[in-house]
Amino acid sequence: MKIVVFVNHVPDTETKVKIGADGKLIDPTGVNFMLNPYDEIGVEEALKTKQQFGGEVVVVSLGGDPNKETLRKALAMGCDRAVLLKDPAVRDSYAVASSLADYAKEYGADIIFCGKQSIDYDDAQIGGLIAEMLGIPSVSVVVKLEIKESAIIAEREIEGGHEIVRSSLPAVITAQKGLNEPRYPSLKGIMDAKRKPIEEKVPSAVASRVEVGAMSKPAAKAQGKIVGSDASAAAELVRLLHEEAKVI
Amino acid sequence: MKILAFAEQRNGQFKKTAFEIVKAAKTVADQLSGEVVAVVIGNNIAAIAGQLGGFGASKVVAVEDARLELYSTTAYSKIIADIAKLESAAIVMLPASEMGKDVAPRVAVKLDGGLAAGCTMLTVEGGTIKATRPVYAGKGLVEVVVTTATKVYTLRPNVFTAGSSNGQMASVENIKIELGDADFSAAVTEVKAASGKKDVAEADIIVSGGRGLKGPENFSMIEDLAGALGAAVGASRAVVDAGWRTHDEQVGQTGKTVSPSLYVAVAISGAVQHLAGMSSSKYIVAINKDKDAPIFSIADYGIVGDAFEVVPAITAEVKKLLGK
Ligand SMILES: Cc1cc2nc3c(=O)[nH]c(=O)nc-3n(C[C@H](O)[C@H](O)[C@H](O)COP(=O)(O)OP(=O)(O)OC[C@H]3O[C@@H](n4cnc5c(N)ncnc54)[C@H](O)[C@@H]3O)c2cc1C
Ligand SMILES: Nc1ncnc2c1ncn2[C@@H]1O[C@H](COP(=O)(O)O)[C@@H](O)[C@H]1O
Repeated sequence: MKIVVFVNHVPDTETKVKIGADGKLIDPTGVNFMLNPYDEIGVEEALKTKQQFGGEVVVVSLGGDPNKETLRKALAMGCDRAVLLKDPAVRDSYAVASSLADYAKEYGADIIFCGKQSIDYDDAQIGGLIAEMLGIPSVSVVVKLEIKESAIIAEREIEGGHEIVRSSLPAVITAQKGLNEPRYPSLKGIMDAKRKPIEEKVPSAVASRVEVGAMSKPAAKAQGKIVGSDASAAAELVRLLHEEAKVI
Repeated sequence: MKILAFAEQRNGQFKKTAFEIVKAAKTVADQLSGEVVAVVIGNNIAAIAGQLGGFGASKVVAVEDARLELYSTTAYSKIIADIAKLESAAIVMLPASEMGKDVAPRVAVKLDGGLAAGCTMLTVEGGTIKATRPVYAGKGLVEVVVTTATKVYTLRPNVFTAGSSNGQMASVENIKIELGDADFSAAVTEVKAASGKKDVAEADIIVSGGRGLKGPENFSMIEDLAGALGAAVGASRAVVDAGWRTHDEQVGQTGKTVSPSLYVAVAISGAVQHLAGMSSSKYIVAINKDKDAPIFSIADYGIVGDAFEVVPAITAEVKKLLGK
């Protein structure tokens, strides 16, 4: 089976957002970047799929040279090959998805894994965009996956429950926490990953469809009110919620 | 100029977001001298469709088919795009719910439009729609403008207020869309509902518990308070990872993003990844025995004390107030 997993290189969850000189992007100095947590789940599922059906897992990231670090991590987990679609320019989701879809098509992917969302811009749209561009089905926010010969049964998380989805293959799956427990790279995996080449390709330019303006920080909250220090404060708290905040 | 508003329903009942979307669309349409056409997809839904008039829809298009009883990524996206074309809608608005987030990118590609996802504010300036959306889990906000002729927006649930209906009924137009097997290449076959449980993503009030509760058995205290408030139960990642609670209750950067009117954090320290998921709540209450816990930095009201004493006392007061 030809398995593709798309991974994004994102600021670590502890990152304190400092707006950069252009007023639009964050200042990357001192920011640690990592493999997007949902994409790590995607990588694990891709590797499990290969264990079941054989074939090859190609991990692909679009971005600049720093993305190689994330590709190495995926190689260390066990992916066979890595491809960097090299474009350090800032693109919108549509432009990114379009280049990723082109790659998947050229490669002839049988199944594509993404994360359910990138934790930088929290878009949660690339999986669906790629699938529609390729004219194939997709299942998002997947917590359970069973792959058969030419169909899949997936369970996706929705508000207040789960949906069981039947889909044909090829398809795009976007991974949600709970789908699996991503493996830690073994020492051998880490050593092997250093030797595996990262293929570089230049994706064709695609016009953006969304213009991103200035970034700002949400207004800081005024200092809250400490109502008390034991059970005797309960009545006052409930009164405030009822009469001042009017939320109960 | 028309705005197509996707009104989500499940089991023949509108989700709260359906009204929020129609109302938000109406607010934008009024500034662009446009009108709102709502679209409802499902089975046996014509009866509920008209009520969208009360939130600002001038017409409702209902697409009914037994095969549309449950959601299908491929069929729903085709229908929404087809209706948008039939109505020559320049704008499509959907909820950033699990259904809306799943279908919106596909609709955008079919309409050759750009998509602004997870918007929390829409303003119109000189005929241009500016959408504000949180990035980096709410640590930043960006303003985006969709530059294509057709524009697609998903709006974060619970942020745009629907208000109450003005009582008007909209005219309902039933439209048949030809659907073949290929249009159901991905389709839901079954919905497993978590038995009557309120979901944090939709709840107006959430009571969340953290590791300070010491063990899963002590969540009964959280459930009691949630029960008294009619709230959903949430959890920090620490308790989900420990297996005390299920992942669907997790709030935060790798859990759910919530914007309830009231969020009560009990024995949760307030790590950045937790704040990421709930900092946009309208009111935040923190109960923690450590006065330096970061959760207090974003709380509107706090009690610095032992949850085991404080929470049952609050539950009793709430019951007294609400006469339960
Ligand atoms: C990549 C990544 C993603 C993450 N995503 C998430 C996420 O989505 N959601 C999330 O929540 N976390 C997330 N985390 C984890 C986060 O960093 C914290 O570890 C977690 O939120 C801590 O949970 P907690 O507040 O319940 O526990 P703790 O930090 O252990 O806090 C327990 C609190 O309880 C208080 N306490 C103890 N006893 C009592 C008592 N009797 N009465 C009152 N208070 C008491 C203590 O003072 C303390 O403040 C993520 C971390 C990483 C690295
Ligand atoms: N630059 C990128 N390169 C490769 N994959 C990406 C990139 N950006 C996003 N993805 C994939 O698309 C998923 C959803 O991203 P998003 O729509 O940006 O939230 C991610 O979890 C990744 O799997």
